[in-house]
Amino acid sequence: MSAAALNHDGAFAAARRRLRFGPLWLAAPGLAFLAIFFLFPVLRLLSLSVQDLETSAWTGDHYARIVATDVYFRVLMSTFRIAGLTALLSLLFGYPLAYWLAQLPERQRGLAILAVMVPFWTSYLVKTFAWMVILGRTGVINQILSGTGMSPLPLLHNEFGVMAGMVHAMLPLAVLTMLPVMTTLDRRLVQAAETLGAPPANAFWLVYFQLSLPGVAAAGLLTFISSLGFFIVPALLGGPQQTMLAQLIISQIQEMLNWAFAGALATFMLVAALVTCWVYDRLFGLSSLSGETSGRTGGGQGRLRGAGMSILSGLAKASTALGGPVGRVLGPRMMDRLLPLYSAAVIVFLVAPALVVVPIAFTTSPFLDFPPPGYGLEWFRVYFNSDLWVSATIRSFAVAFATAILATLVAGLAALALARSSSRWRGAIFAFFLAPMIVPRIVIAVGLFYLFAQIGLVATDLGLIIGHTVLALPFAFVAISAVVKGHDWRLDQAAATLGANRVKTLMLVTVPLIRGGLVAAFLFAFITSFDELTVAIFVSGGVKTTLPKQMWDDMILQLNPTLAAVSVVVFAIVMALLLIAEWLRRPAR
Amino acid sequence: MLSPLAQTRTAPVQAGAAATPKLLVDGLTKRYGAITALEPTRLEVPAGEFLTLLGPSGSGKTTLLQMICGLVEPSGGRILIDGQDETRTPVHKRDIGLVFQHYALFPHLTVAENIGFPLRMRGVAPADLTRRVKEALEMVHLGHLAGRFPKELSGGQQQRVALARCFVYQPSVILMDEPLGALDKKLREHMQYEIKRLHRETGATIIYVTHDQEEALAMSDRICLMNHARIEQLGTPHDIYARPKTAFAADFIGVSNIFRGQVRRDGSGTPMLVTGNGSFRLSADTPDRPDGTLVVRPEQLDIDGDGDNEVRGEVVDTVYAGSETRVLVSLGGEETITVRLRRGTAPPRLGEVVAVRWRADAGVLVS
Ligand SMILES: Nc1ncnc2c1ncn2[C@@H]1O[C@H](COP(=O)(O)OP(=O)(O)OP(=O)(O)O)[C@@H](O)[C@H]1O
Ligand SMILES: [Mg+2]
Repeated sequence: MSAAALNHDGAFAAARRRLRFGPLWLAAPGLAFLAIFFLFPVLRLLSLSVQDLETSAWTGDHYARIVATDVYFRVLMSTFRIAGLTALLSLLFGYPLAYWLAQLPERQRGLAILAVMVPFWTSYLVKTFAWMVILGRTGVINQILSGTGMSPLPLLHNEFGVMAGMVHAMLPLAVLTMLPVMTTLDRRLVQAAETLGAPPANAFWLVYFQLSLPGVAAAGLLTFISSLGFFIVPALLGGPQQTMLAQLIISQIQEMLNWAFAGALATFMLVAALVTCWVYDRLFGLSSLSGETSGRTGGGQGRLRGAGMSILSGLAKASTALGGPVGRVLGPRMMDRLLPLYSAAVIVFLVAPALVVVPIAFTTSPFLDFPPPGYGLEWFRVYFNSDLWVSATIRSFAVAFATAILATLVAGLAALALARSSSRWRGAIFAFFLAPMIVPRIVIAVGLFYLFAQIGLVATDLGLIIGHTVLALPFAFVAISAVVKGHDWRLDQAAATLGANRVKTLMLVTVPLIRGGLVAAFLFAFITSFDELTVAIFVSGGVKTTLPKQMWDDMILQLNPTLAAVSVVVFAIVMALLLIAEWLRRPAR
Repeated sequence: MLSPLAQTRTAPVQAGAAATPKLLVDGLTKRYGAITALEPTRLEVPAGEFLTLLGPSGSGKTTLLQMICGLVEPSGGRILIDGQDETRTPVHKRDIGLVFQHYALFPHLTVAENIGFPLRMRGVAPADLTRRVKEALEMVHLGHLAGRFPKELSGGQQQRVALARCFVYQPSVILMDEPLGALDKKLREHMQYEIKRLHRETGATIIYVTHDQEEALAMSDRICLMNHARIEQLGTPHDIYARPKTAFAADFIGVSNIFRGQVRRDGSGTPMLVTGNGSFRLSADTPDRPDGTLVVRPEQLDIDGDGDNEVRGEVVDTVYAGSETRVLVSLGGEETITVRLRRGTAPPRLGEVVAVRWRADAGVLVS
């Protein structure tokens, strides 16, 4: 019967589609917005990369120069190396944590996830600042080491520093992507395998691990693509060897205004991201990213599958061989505690940086000594008395607010449109709304900068809002779509039969029922904008600076405790927002 | 003599037959590409009637209902309410109530707010609204639950809220799509009674969808039997039961014993049906046709009694169902017939060979 009702729902959509104002029209504002401020600027940037600067004739010179120039080629390679390593380490460290989370009782899992999410909600600049404080020559770790009489270690401005910062930033994404697959994975399958005679290691590697592979692959994809465009972490925590593509693009634009060359560099990054997506799509199907079950679960066909199986069997043998002696040394009780202990350690790694900043914000010292010699409010006073900081905070707040409203509205209409449409364009439109998440931010930002320079939106709040909305739309769209997917459209039909017109149905029935998704979308969009630096680095300038931009400028010049005070304020604002959102999202009464 | 209850039930039907029907569906049809969900259909519903759409899954009941209320756009035909063409009227402007199978109560509104919703949409003044909601709640005996949310109610209570939400604004026509489908048998029977009571008290015109034939027989003024996207037969429950027009109708409503065969006339002109189980006399008023299906109801059969026709067979089962006992008689091979024993008759023993007889005018020959 419910199938029949759904059929009729489709029929409803079909009938409306023939009318002039079909549901798909609701997606029109979003499509137009993305076409103008996302697709067009990115394509324009790509086309600049194959044009000669003076004559505008077609040329491949810029690409030739990248491959031929040793420095540029090395940057290209180190970008892929760092992104690849980040993805790999995030999966390695994240998998056991996700496994542990999946088996926790619901309530405890919720709390543990909150802790895992801390870096996710912490501003990139705050996180990076924290790592500089921890890893610096006179940082937390080295002060502890010198306290015990050991010589300081080089932890900052090298590969170690970059990896710490990158993995810290990407680990929550990896864990949260793997988790849903694992929680739905039926643990009884593993038990069944064990009753069928498989030793625990075999049962794990050949059943559980294999079934969780789609989640692992999705996590790998997302972390790799996100890592490709990083510049804050390598710029502040790495050395010259760790320069990444995005840094190169920024300097090409800021120092040389060489659009064509920046375009060529951007193309490399975009192609890398798209190829990764394509490979993933071949193997797993992109739809499995959004948690939809695809026909293709677990590693491919034929020979590939055979190879995968023998690797897994090898792993099973190896872990049985290793598990035996280790188990004898540690004893069974210790073995049982291994996973919780490991998970606790990873969570400390995730949460600690945000906490380290707090005491420093209250230091009386002008330096970043840890522990602080004394406590006071001096640096908060500096912050609140600085026009630059205060106006940057207000601007960031206002821009984030406007972005959140715009993104929620546009994404909400689009999500509603797509949920009710049975058009064959549906899949394509869905992908288009997610595209700004896959195209590296730096590519979008440079493209927008070029466009804004032509239409006079550089250094305006409107330019910032537009740019941030492009970046925030996919997140808002996903958040709302997830809720709309579970919405019972028969309630809207019921409202109509009871006499409610379209607008009243939307306001009195649909919106209240998908409120959770709307609040989440607003929150994601707000935080995306509030923490955004890539667009801001180009589009906000001079006195019209945003909070992340101001932090970035300060951090490049010189670290100071004011930054800690700002970090604490930013952290507090985000936490307050999260609490308000949680309160709003709870069902009424 | 008619009971007063029966009078109030039949009166509006007769009055309506002369005047404009409350609802007229004229040539209404729906196609989904190559699939025809409803063939062109004509249906007249007089004011105050309780009409049931009965039919197997996929026969087009929901399609017909959803077109009447405007949730599905017809491929052709017209819908007239009180003589007004409403075919193109948007859903929310049609004065039609729809009760959904899964209730479709708004989970974010209380029971009272749910029931008040249609009144709010019609701009009813707050004081009036409160009073009418209260009346509606009392009508379904839920006065004490006004402040609860739907998920805090049992299935039967939710269904009653859905009914109240529909009756409260007194729509011209009320449509119910398998409203009791999700309830267990006992609750179903109770709710059937409640719906009939509401119908009686309000005099509403109701079109009710079910694929439960007992429910249809118990509740309806008329039954509209549907099959393969069209109306198979339309008539009072008694009509359809006693005079089915097709083998499908006979089979779908009540239990039937069916014999297929060729029609012949014997020397005296009496029509006979020649079947694989022997030749049977048909009633004298049987219309002329070369072949057909003879339908005989279980209660018209008699074991070792009188009758014009006879089949012999072995008793394979007796089913005691409280108020009646049914005997299954095998005619050899797969064929069995069902006989309903008269009250007070001792059932035959299993394996006994019996003669089953019926009078010629008890059977109906259908296509
Ligand atoms: N949106 C649709 N697209 C295509 N075919 C449809 C659609 N809706 C209904 N149908 C088809 O129309 C026919 C009638 O469906 P309908 O839902 O009216 O049947 P029903 O009598 O209500 O059945 P049930 O008792 O199962 O509810 C079915 O064959 C169904 O598959
Ligand atoms: Mg139906």
